[in-house]
Amino acid sequence: MIRHSLVLTFLAALLAAGCGNRQNTLPDAAEGAEAGGGFEDASTTGVGGGSGIQESALEAEQRRLMEQLVVYFEYDSAEIRPEFNQMLAAHGRYLAANPNVSVRLEGHADERGSREYNIGLGERRAQAVRRVLALQGASPEQLSTVSYGEERPAVLGSDEEAWRLNRRVELVYRR
Amino acid sequence: MQERFARVVMRAIGVVLLAVCAGYGASANAQLSITVRQYSERPLPIAIVPFGWQGQGEPAYDLAAVVTADLASSGRFAPLPVADMVSRPTEPTQVNFRDWRLVQVDNLVIGRLVEEGPDRYTAIFQLFNVLSGEQLIGFRLTAGRNDLRATAHRIADMIYEELTGIPGVFSTQIAYVSEERRDDGTRRFRLIVADADGENARVIADSPQPLMSPTWSPDGRRIAYVSFEGEQSAIYVQTLRTGTRERVSARPGINGAPAFSPDGRQLALTLSQGQGNLDIYTLDLGTQVLRQLTNDAAIDTEPAWSPDGRFIYFTSDRAGSAQVYRVPAEPGGRVERVTYQGVYNARPRLSPDGRQLAVVHGLGNNVFRIALVDIASGRPLVLTDGRLDESPSFAPNGAQIIYATRSNGRGVLASTSTDGRIQTEIGSVAGDVREPVWGPYPRPGT
Repeated sequence: MIRHSLVLTFLAALLAAGCGNRQNTLPDAAEGAEAGGGFEDASTTGVGGGSGIQESALEAEQRRLMEQLVVYFEYDSAEIRPEFNQMLAAHGRYLAANPNVSVRLEGHADERGSREYNIGLGERRAQAVRRVLALQGASPEQLSTVSYGEERPAVLGSDEEAWRLNRRVELVYRR
Repeated sequence: MQERFARVVMRAIGVVLLAVCAGYGASANAQLSITVRQYSERPLPIAIVPFGWQGQGEPAYDLAAVVTADLASSGRFAPLPVADMVSRPTEPTQVNFRDWRLVQVDNLVIGRLVEEGPDRYTAIFQLFNVLSGEQLIGFRLTAGRNDLRATAHRIADMIYEELTGIPGVFSTQIAYVSEERRDDGTRRFRLIVADADGENARVIADSPQPLMSPTWSPDGRRIAYVSFEGEQSAIYVQTLRTGTRERVSARPGINGAPAFSPDGRQLALTLSQGQGNLDIYTLDLGTQVLRQLTNDAAIDTEPAWSPDGRFIYFTSDRAGSAQVYRVPAEPGGRVERVTYQGVYNARPRLSPDGRQLAVVHGLGNNVFRIALVDIASGRPLVLTDGRLDESPSFAPNGAQIIYATRSNGRGVLASTSTDGRIQTEIGSVAGDVREPVWGPYPRPGT
């Protein structure tokens, strides 16, 4: 089982690296190569860049999950909602398989309530995500947290939709 | 209690008393203007006659204009427009009290500015009761040219105190945070210090990362604040006069919510020490000794000292939702709950007499307002009528609270008298402004 998930994770890493074009993105191949990265990075460039591999359904699913980089929360809550379990499991496995990769967990709150309390709420959310990733095998050195409270909203506005999108933890991959 | 305020006649007198001071360079977006939007009692009619000028050329400064603006912005006075003045006396012998009774003003201020020498001026003013013809107060103040504006604020303070019994706060300063969102998606956070009337604003810290939680030292010389400039929070203490600053806490995790002790020697603060759990600590700024005051899995944050320095009030969600608690400032004391009424009470600030708390008070339905909580009884009195009001801060005279609210989707500042009767809006010219903190009375030499 462990072996299977490592293989899966490895594939996911390759595939994810091939489509790293967003800002908060997974470490991409070029970066890794410049940094004199290990075997995975080198082969990522060759294999992930081309389209020679036929993607299996499982791989596609893993890639889809890895592309999700934001976990959303209920009001005044740091409980991980069930719909984010799979996504966090995918990231956790990826981190376990790639010990040189680290991720910064940026916790945020919506604008309601006082600002420093919201810093606490964002931190609590980031810690909740950290625990799940650690359970999946990510090591403490790979995981860092910061809370911005309500200081850096993803969306402006004072309505339910804006609040929903602002109560979040963003996974920011770093090397 | 809310009903009582809802019944208060809303009257926007719509006079922007002090607007943009053009050409202020870097701080142009920091300028504020004060509008009195609500009062329930008839403001006191007063006439402040333009001061006489004894010196060369044009008058060095229009003291009466600043005194007039100060008194009007308080909401407690209705200054007579200069155009409606029948006469413009500058000496007591020129005053005909009947003129002033006819236009129904209760009090009259006259004065002169005298040029005594190079950069040396004397301001003389007198306050009269128009009905009795008595002089209530009269003072002579000397100043250099750059201090004439401060002199006008001092005159306004003296008049205000004589007529209301409350010390004036026109000579004080406020600090606040502004955020500018640029078209390219980047943001600029600024920490600003301004005179209490919003003028004379200057940027004391400027960062692309959030700045938050400014707080004054009791002597008004330093400001502590939180900066995320290293992509992690850290607490800085900055000396206003020199602009130099010291990073006093950059421990792993959260470094937040600084609050100076009444003697200025310690900082209460919130730390997570890398463990993700927020507790209240005190840091001795001299010895760097850190002491932990709370130890609970809940969010404990937003410490505030009682004026006697014995207790620290703070926000905690240890009972589920955020409420205010207090703990002795010496470690080992028992935590007591202070607020019980309302679904959410956070960010306490003590009144100068230590008897009341200003808090962010949740009324449910996503409504957060500023309330005054009587510590002895725990009873909250809702003072404001916004939806997302936050960050209350007492004026040093205890009669006014400045806070942050929203207007047309933008962050603005506002103030309320502690009896809720006088509401003013402090509009900013551009950007969002928030987290206002009222500084102490100026001390000699600051």
